[in-house]
Amino acid sequence: MAVIEARGLRKAYGTTVALDGIDLDVPEGRILGLIGPNGAGKTTALHSILGLTPFQGELRVLGRDPWRERNLLMSEVCFIADVAVLPRWLRVSQALDYVAGVHPRFDRAKAEGLLGRTTIRRASRIGELSKGMVTQLHLALVMAIDAKLLVLDEPTLGLDILFRKQFYDSLLNDYFDGNRTIVVTTHQVEEIEHVLTDLMFIDRGRIVLGCGMEDFAARFVEAMVLPDNLAAARALGALHERQVFGRSILLFDRVDRDALAALGEVRTPGIADVFVALLAPPSPAGTRETA
Amino acid sequence: MSPGATFRWSVRREIWEHRGIYLAPLAIAALVLVGFLIHAGQWAGKLQGIEALAPAKQVHAVILPFGLAASVILLTAWIVGVFYCLDALNAERRDRSILFWKSMPVSDLTTVLAKAAIPMAVLPLAAIAVALATQAVMLSVGSAVLAAKGMSPSIPWTYVPWMQTTLAMLYGMAAHALWFAPIFGWMLLVSAWARRAAFLWAFMPFFAAMALEKVAFGTQYVWLLVGYRITGGMRAFKADATKDPITQFSQLDPLAFLALPGLWLGLVFAVVCIVAAVRLRRRREPI
Repeated sequence: MAVIEARGLRKAYGTTVALDGIDLDVPEGRILGLIGPNGAGKTTALHSILGLTPFQGELRVLGRDPWRERNLLMSEVCFIADVAVLPRWLRVSQALDYVAGVHPRFDRAKAEGLLGRTTIRRASRIGELSKGMVTQLHLALVMAIDAKLLVLDEPTLGLDILFRKQFYDSLLNDYFDGNRTIVVTTHQVEEIEHVLTDLMFIDRGRIVLGCGMEDFAARFVEAMVLPDNLAAARALGALHERQVFGRSILLFDRVDRDALAALGEVRTPGIADVFVALLAPPSPAGTRETA
Repeated sequence: MSPGATFRWSVRREIWEHRGIYLAPLAIAALVLVGFLIHAGQWAGKLQGIEALAPAKQVHAVILPFGLAASVILLTAWIVGVFYCLDALNAERRDRSILFWKSMPVSDLTTVLAKAAIPMAVLPLAAIAVALATQAVMLSVGSAVLAAKGMSPSIPWTYVPWMQTTLAMLYGMAAHALWFAPIFGWMLLVSAWARRAAFLWAFMPFFAAMALEKVAFGTQYVWLLVGYRITGGMRAFKADATKDPITQFSQLDPLAFLALPGLWLGLVFAVVCIVAAVRLRRRREPI
């Protein structure tokens, strides 16, 4: 069964279209990265999936309509929507008591174990913790819930690199077991690159690219080309071209790799490179048209 | 999780956040006790020769500071209730914590009902508990003062039917909880609706309506309506009874109270407000 199934998902705020008819299928056991510029509709899509906002079109999450059945859905779906949404007045011990009190799938011992690895004290109020510690606490609460779907919206925004690294390591080692499904949005694309199984670019409410990571590696290729070979490389139909240290780097989608390898140094691009190639407006210098 | 357990944890979470629910009545109780310590000698002095007074005056002389103490503490609870309601559905959006609460399997209905239960049940019960404890302390202090003056320390027990007085207080709080329900419902609704300045949005429409009515028609029906809502809960007692301390069941008038259209119209208004607040919270995002 698909964990998330959407057909023609649409959402407009007044005249601004946030989601413009999205189709989406996320099967069980995937880690999907939802990537897009600010205002692309990522958060609106996630909020629709979580039952936080009404929408048009068809959307089922774990077979339920999220808008009508949010509270039932939340016993099987977890989310960290933004950093620092834990209330500042709550004590760590109270957070544990409360989640244990209302959540049928919360394993308190597991949460205590995860917190034991941090320096967070039970008696502290959340307002007294550092931003990194609040995220550790929230992650400990969420990872102790036996959920089928975990949604993370910019979960590491504003954290230092150590906390960010630890966050994804912890998620992969202590939480992800191949049966759970994770959907994550972030601007720090490089950090989740090796975590993802699936990738989706979203821009202006539409899906620009949706593919598995194996497919991604097979499709996209980047070549660093010397000036002499530039014309021949361009003839293969590059998506995007940029200059680095006087050499041209061309990015291709579904190209003959052998033909390209003869023209320059070939490698698989990062997600960020493809993102820029697909979404950035063409720059005045280095576009395909310029000689 | 049973719906009951979810509701209880939701109420508990409100008390964690709003410690004023018990701290405010406790603080007022402490002040009242200090006042009584100062006043106790004077009070005991007035009880000299109490045997010679008419029965109604006997009760009055003994109970006055106790009734006053309870009234002040209970009134505090209602005032805290108003401020609590204005904050209840607003603060969680201001500090973005609504995104955490909504990530838990707790429905908007349960959440709003738990919040409505604070001014309607938790605050009145907390205030009654604090008032009774305060009265108990006052009784022991009062008896000690009487004994020190060489008078009978049992005077407060002899002249006041404490059981009836306490039950009448419980009855009065229950009646007022029902009578004030539309006020709390309205405050919760404003709290769910307003982006900021919930306090102004809650009160300004009434002041504006009063001013407009006075200028346009020279009448003051809105003012009368507001006054009726604030003081009308006393109709749970017999009209002539409220001049004296309530110590007898004969002073209660539950049938007349239940027959008041204002009670039922108020309750309908409260339910409408709460339903609207539930619907608003469902679509509300952080401010």
